[in-house]
Amino acid sequence: MRLLTHNMLASNIKGVANGFPLKIEVGQVVEKHVDLNPEFLKNMFAKLDYKVLVEASKTMGYADLPEQAEPSMLESEDFLRKLNHALLELHLEEGALVCPETGRKFPVNKGIPNMLLHEDEV
Amino acid sequence: MPHKIAQIRLISSHPEVYEPCDDSFALVDALQADCKNLIGHRPNICLEIGSGSGYVIASLALLLGGEAWRPYFLATDINPHALKVTSETLKAHGVHAELINTNIASGLEARLAGLVDVMVVNPPYVPTPEEEVGCEGITSAWAGGENGRTVIDKILPVADKLLSDKGWLYIVTLTANNPSGLCIEMKKKGYESRIVLQRSTEEESLHIIKFWRDPEALLEANEAKMSNKAGNGNAIGSLLSQLSHVFMEK
Ligand SMILES: C[S@@+](CC[C@H](N)C(=O)[O-])C[C@H]1O[C@@H](n2cnc3c(N)ncnc32)[C@H](O)[C@@H]1O
Repeated sequence: MRLLTHNMLASNIKGVANGFPLKIEVGQVVEKHVDLNPEFLKNMFAKLDYKVLVEASKTMGYADLPEQAEPSMLESEDFLRKLNHALLELHLEEGALVCPETGRKFPVNKGIPNMLLHEDEV
Repeated sequence: MPHKIAQIRLISSHPEVYEPCDDSFALVDALQADCKNLIGHRPNICLEIGSGSGYVIASLALLLGGEAWRPYFLATDINPHALKVTSETLKAHGVHAELINTNIASGLEARLAGLVDVMVVNPPYVPTPEEEVGCEGITSAWAGGENGRTVIDKILPVADKLLSDKGWLYIVTLTANNPSGLCIEMKKKGYESRIVLQRSTEEESLHIIKFWRDPEALLEANEAKMSNKAGNGNAIGSLLSQLSHVFMEK
C-alpha cells in the first residue's frame, strides 16, 4: 500500500465520525522506483491532505518532506522528487492501519489492507 | 499497432476466485475498443470494483500504461483470495495497482469522492436467490440476487459518489438486469449512457454500458424534480409528492 492510498482511506466502522487519518503501524516497508510524472503529482497535490502525508511518511521512516507545502513549490524538481518518493515509492508491505477513534486495527498483509468489517461494525 | 491487454497464460488462479470468462473478455474488448478515448481522457485515477483474477485491471493498466501519462490504479474485491490472485496477475504483467480488500469501496468513499476518472465493474449479475449474495467463496462472484440487481444497485450510488466530473463508468450487465432501465435511472442522476458492446453467448446476452456525467442531463433531472415540487400547492399534494419521491428512491 502506497501513501497516496493511505491518504484516501478512512475507517469505515459504523458510528465513527472521525475515521481519518488511519494511524500506520509499520511491520515492513519496501521501496519501488517510480518515474517522475510531474503533471500527475500536480493534479494529486490539490487533492491531498499534505499534513497527513508528512506524518505518514515519517512513520514509514522518510523525513525529508518539508512540513509545509504550497502549490508554487510544485515548480521545484527537488520537491517533486520528494513528493514522488513519499506518495508512490514507499509501500507498507506488512503492518496495520489503526482507526483513530476506536483503535480497531485493519491488517495490511502483502501490501493489501483488509478493510472488511465484522457484522457488528457495519 | 493494437494496444496490449493481459495474457491468459499469465493470469493467476485459485479455486475460490472467478476465472476470466465471456463477461471479462467482453469488458476488456470494450475497453480496448475505447482505448483511444481513454488515453485522450488522461485519467488520474482508475478504479476497478471486484477485480477477481485481475484480468481486467491488468488489461486496463497495460492499455493505459504505455503512455507518458500514467494513471493511478486501484482495485477492490470482497474476497481476500481474489486480491492475492490479482496481485500475482499484475506482477506477471509488470504493472501495478493498489489493492484493497473491502466491500465495494468501503473506506474509500469519504476521501476518494469525486476523484475517480475511470471506473470499471464486472459485478455479480446473475439472478439468484437473495441468500446467495455475498456469501463466502466463489458463489459471491456471480450471485446477484433478484434480477441480478442486488449488488449492481449498491455499486451505482457508490460510483455516483466517487466519479469525478469527467468520470466514466464501464459496467457489465445482462438482459435480465434490465440495462435500459439502469440507463434511465442513471439519467435521473445526470448521467448519459451508451451500450458500447453487446454480445450473446450460449448462456447469456451481455451488455457493457458506459456512463458519463452530462451537465444537461443533470439540469433536466433537477428541473423535473423542481416542477414536481412546484406543481403541488396543497399539503396533501406535497405529501403525495414526497411519498412518490420515497418510492422512487427505493
Ligand atoms: C463476475 S466476477 C468478475 C471478476 C473480474 N473482474 C473479471 O472480470 O473477470 C465479480 C467479482 O466481484 C467480487 N465481488 C462480489 N461482491 C463484491 C462486493 N460487494 N465488493 C467487492 N467485490 C465484490 C467477487 O469476489 C468477484 O471477484
